[in-house]
Amino acid sequence: MRQVAILSGKGGTGKTTVASSLAALAGRTVIADCDVEASNMPLLLNPEIRERREFETRKAEIDPKSCLRCGLCIEECRFDAIRDFQVDPVKCEGCGVCAYICPTGAARLKPRVSGYLYVSETRYGPLCHADLLPGESSSGRLVSLVREMARAVALERGLDLILIDGAPGIGCPVIASVTGVDLGVIVTEPSMSGLHDMERALHLLRHFNVQPLIVINKYDLHIEMARRIREFCDEEGVEVAALIPFDEAVVEAMLRGMTIIEYESKGEVSKELRRIWDVIQKFL
Amino acid sequence: MKIAVASGKGGTGKTTVAVNLALSIGEAQLLDCDVEAPNVHLLLKPGDIDSKPIYVKVPRILEDRCDYCGRCAEACNFNAIFVARGQIILFEELCHGCGLCAKICPRRAIVEEEKIVGFVKWGWAGGIELIWGELGVGEPSPEPVIEAVKGRMDEGRTVIIDVAPGASCPVVSAVYGSDFCILVTEPTPFGLHDLRQMVGVLRRLGIPMGVVVNKAGLGDRGVYKYCEMEGIPILLEIPFDRRIAELYSRGIPFIQEMPEWRGRFLKLMDDIGRLMG
Repeated sequence: MRQVAILSGKGGTGKTTVASSLAALAGRTVIADCDVEASNMPLLLNPEIRERREFETRKAEIDPKSCLRCGLCIEECRFDAIRDFQVDPVKCEGCGVCAYICPTGAARLKPRVSGYLYVSETRYGPLCHADLLPGESSSGRLVSLVREMARAVALERGLDLILIDGAPGIGCPVIASVTGVDLGVIVTEPSMSGLHDMERALHLLRHFNVQPLIVINKYDLHIEMARRIREFCDEEGVEVAALIPFDEAVVEAMLRGMTIIEYESKGEVSKELRRIWDVIQKFL
Repeated sequence: MKIAVASGKGGTGKTTVAVNLALSIGEAQLLDCDVEAPNVHLLLKPGDIDSKPIYVKVPRILEDRCDYCGRCAEACNFNAIFVARGQIILFEELCHGCGLCAKICPRRAIVEEEKIVGFVKWGWAGGIELIWGELGVGEPSPEPVIEAVKGRMDEGRTVIIDVAPGASCPVVSAVYGSDFCILVTEPTPFGLHDLRQMVGVLRRLGIPMGVVVNKAGLGDRGVYKYCEMEGIPILLEIPFDRRIAELYSRGIPFIQEMPEWRGRFLKLMDDIGRLMG
């Protein structure tokens, strides 16, 4: 089984546009939307939900009846989550130190639903996705669960490719999205920020020994910067798979809940997306 | 006054709004709390930069003392320790540094060490003091770096906080304690979906909010209808304009080339002041 992750460092560069189009081109694949805080793939793929599971996390609670107000929990909590012998659920990470050290058992961890995981059917094959409830923590763990689910579905259906749409950034949900994948496709844009954040995403892939591949999206918004990114990639020995032009048709396709491959199959954007798919196949 | 600039979706123009707003005000503290992909310094190009490393505690296992009893692995709520017969493995990328394993180990085989997870940096660009954080590559948790950036906040001044995309812990850490939050979105289904997530976060935290629609003219009316229905004021529209996109590409804050916008950003500040009563 092969796994390809789409990431970017900087947000809004076009990860989901690229990932959804690759799903359209790949045919036999499981799609894993691992941007669980801003899950947008379902907006393009119109999924029919077949299975829904709860995602549980734990937060501390202090029972005021048995609390001695000794202050040990306040002292030992590294997340500054206990004030006036009450737990701030926003700051609590659910580590359980307070529950462990509380002499009377007043502090305890309680489970709660922090999100949902789904297995859905789409016109391009099964989609595994999730919604983390606003402001909840443990997005990295939820991403790992989405990937586990995607692997199980792939095995069950005899599909040998998993396409992962990642979150922006380089922190825990992104790390959880890229560990152990065969190829990491970084989608960037021709701006100072695009270059800077692509560098960080590239270092992340190298840190986890993942083969990188670069896509420059909206390259014609600043051709000079696109050239600089290309030069940078040449120096680093990383292949640039495609340069996608800016096209408002991408937004129009999104408004209709279509991938750009469906909406404008013969356009310049679709041509470049096909090129990416060819390069990916070469790597796999 | 502390104003956060957030969005849910990435690439909607948070940094553009935060930087142009700060430049319009002229004297402000600007905190870049998107420590996974900090970009404000690329636009403001501050001088006299100083920096400080951020440390967190991480466990170290002393294998010669460990008898593989497995209590640490059982207690760890983040599944960061794996113990099998004659083997113990720490997954640092899962560890939150809470210290529970070291407390629980009956043989004191786990000690805690300090490790650098990133840097906080600061410098000046005209009247703006910029403070930003950089999470080390491969480090999972941005919160300690965000807290360090916010630790340098001067509450006596106007503070603008640039927030990471998403709607989870790093976003909560960044917006926590703000007086107001500007939500920057784009008028597309993706923009709307992720805006809703952020509205959920802010309502939970009780932070008042208003929306800036960027790339207006693209997309549809979904964001506008949603804001009207939810009673969220639209504070400003920035049209989709190739010139603005190109200036951003070059790392130039657009009010420097399009000074007519300064007044609009100042009005935005006035409107926020009025909304706050």
